[in-house]
Amino acid sequence: MEDFFQQLTNGLTIGSIYALVALGYTMVYGVLKLINFAHGDLFTIGAYLGLTLLTSMGLSDRLGPFLGIIVLVLMVMGLLAILGALLDRAAYRPLRESPRLSAVVSALGASIFLQNTVMLIYGARSQAYPADIIPMTALDIFGLYIPVARILVLVVSFILMAALYLYIQKTRVGTAIRAAAIDQGAARLMGIDVNRVILYVFLIGPALGGVAGVMVGLLYGQIQFTMGWAFGLKAFTAAILGGIGNIPGAMVGGILLGIIEALGAQYISIAWKDAIAFGVLILILIVRPTGLLGERVADKI
Amino acid sequence: MNKKLYIYGAISVLLAVAPFFLNAYWVDVLNMIGIYAILALSLNLIVGHAGLFNLGHAAFYAVGAYTAAILNTKFGIPILWLLPASALAAGLFALIIARPIIHLRGDYLCIATIGAGEIVRIALINDIFGITGGPNGIFGIARPVVFDFVIRRPHEFYYFIWLFVAVTIFFFRRLENSRFGRALNYLREDEVAAEGSGINTTHYKLGCFVLGAAWAGMAGDIFAAKMTIIAPESFNFWESVVMFAIVILGGSGSIPGVLLGSFLFVGLPEMFRDFADARMMIFGLAMIIMMIFRTQGILPPTPRTYPVEITEKARVHG
Repeated sequence: MEDFFQQLTNGLTIGSIYALVALGYTMVYGVLKLINFAHGDLFTIGAYLGLTLLTSMGLSDRLGPFLGIIVLVLMVMGLLAILGALLDRAAYRPLRESPRLSAVVSALGASIFLQNTVMLIYGARSQAYPADIIPMTALDIFGLYIPVARILVLVVSFILMAALYLYIQKTRVGTAIRAAAIDQGAARLMGIDVNRVILYVFLIGPALGGVAGVMVGLLYGQIQFTMGWAFGLKAFTAAILGGIGNIPGAMVGGILLGIIEALGAQYISIAWKDAIAFGVLILILIVRPTGLLGERVADKI
Repeated sequence: MNKKLYIYGAISVLLAVAPFFLNAYWVDVLNMIGIYAILALSLNLIVGHAGLFNLGHAAFYAVGAYTAAILNTKFGIPILWLLPASALAAGLFALIIARPIIHLRGDYLCIATIGAGEIVRIALINDIFGITGGPNGIFGIARPVVFDFVIRRPHEFYYFIWLFVAVTIFFFRRLENSRFGRALNYLREDEVAAEGSGINTTHYKLGCFVLGAAWAGMAGDIFAAKMTIIAPESFNFWESVVMFAIVILGGSGSIPGVLLGSFLFVGLPEMFRDFADARMMIFGLAMIIMMIFRTQGILPPTPRTYPVEITEKARVHG
């Protein structure tokens, strides 16, 4: 039973990171009906930028570990938001009127481009995050071993998700994003500037993905230029699991996938962990393509 | 039309004499181009003609290669005799994988095939059924033998591989103009209309998946025979992406386009070895730029033409 709860907390942590990345996929898909294959690589870039900022600016020495990480997260979010908007401008915007599948190929190209740019800049070998930022102590809660880093990841991701949820539900821009996701044409007739909505989506999604990258660096200590693709595919699985285009769905899907994966690794086989996640992807596409919380889009599948 | 025939004739002659003027290294590059041409032509049936986005083609290639390697190393069956076995295994596998996901549209199918391809790679690494050799793969695969002649050196393989490319071109050329090929084109253009005209879309989609996969399986057999060692990393996601990019950028649905694409994407990086690290980056950039400026690819297919007999009466009435 202890193993079960231990794996549950592991799954919850990794799942909350999946959820953050999945939000980027689901928001872009909601508005543009495009799988942004490059999103996983934006997540990688977030991890690498975080590493560069940490080592070159010594944030945690100057500001202390917790304040330092908050400043770091904010800086990465800002940089990734700019990068996301640039990506949209360069690779997707010229293809708005083209067939949907051209945009998919462009997204694949963007993914290859970004991944290899990271490799050319940082090298092909995996890089280590400095280990001394977060205290390595682990808390003992009811006999469960929970490192501080994991709690930090959980807290930060839940704050971000709650903030996004409120933003989407309560603000004018959030309402516009929801409207554009339901029916772009009708939204345009209601006076919503859809291009502006798309810009917002490409600012918010990559910013959250970038934070997720930093968190993976802090949690595992090792980052690699190829990690975005497997992580991205799993996050996309999470988005489909929750119902693509559905923002709370991505959060639920991410956490659920994290837990399924952690329990699968414990009770089935750790070597098949990734295969379990992709199996879930295919299964959900066959059985319920609209996802757990999705209700529309039946005609698009 | 005649001009085209001259160009193709000249290219064929050039390819036939090429090994006499090139060293072993470049002949081997041409061999790799040939294998990718076979793979891309088989994927072209699925992506180009039927318009089904398959980003897991490397999985079928892997099933073919592993079938040949296992049967050859375990039972000593000559590798060339295993061509049909590889085709059968890959085709059956495609049938099992594709049956439940074939109804998915566009990018959903694309994602499902990526997932299936990854599961295959992970299964190979994890030494599924204890026969795939895990991450190290299988080694000691026998060379192909034709009438007591062992195909061993690059230029011997060259003629073997390019003969197979020629067979592949002939086969897919015939298929393109058949009832089957036209049905695929119809369902690519408008699935609902195709179904309305009595085309069983699921049947045709599955058919092209199985056929394309079987052909990729044979390419896997040839690859195993050429390398004598195969490992899961030769069949990863990026292999599928390269095949896919060759088809899309060369000109999806066009055999000359796909062949040109194979030369560009496998051959050019070898010429610019100095930029070896940057080649994938340029590759990605080329995909974006091509989609923006020339969506149909470098050499898109020419529309079908049918000779119409103009009678005297029609000419008069205009």
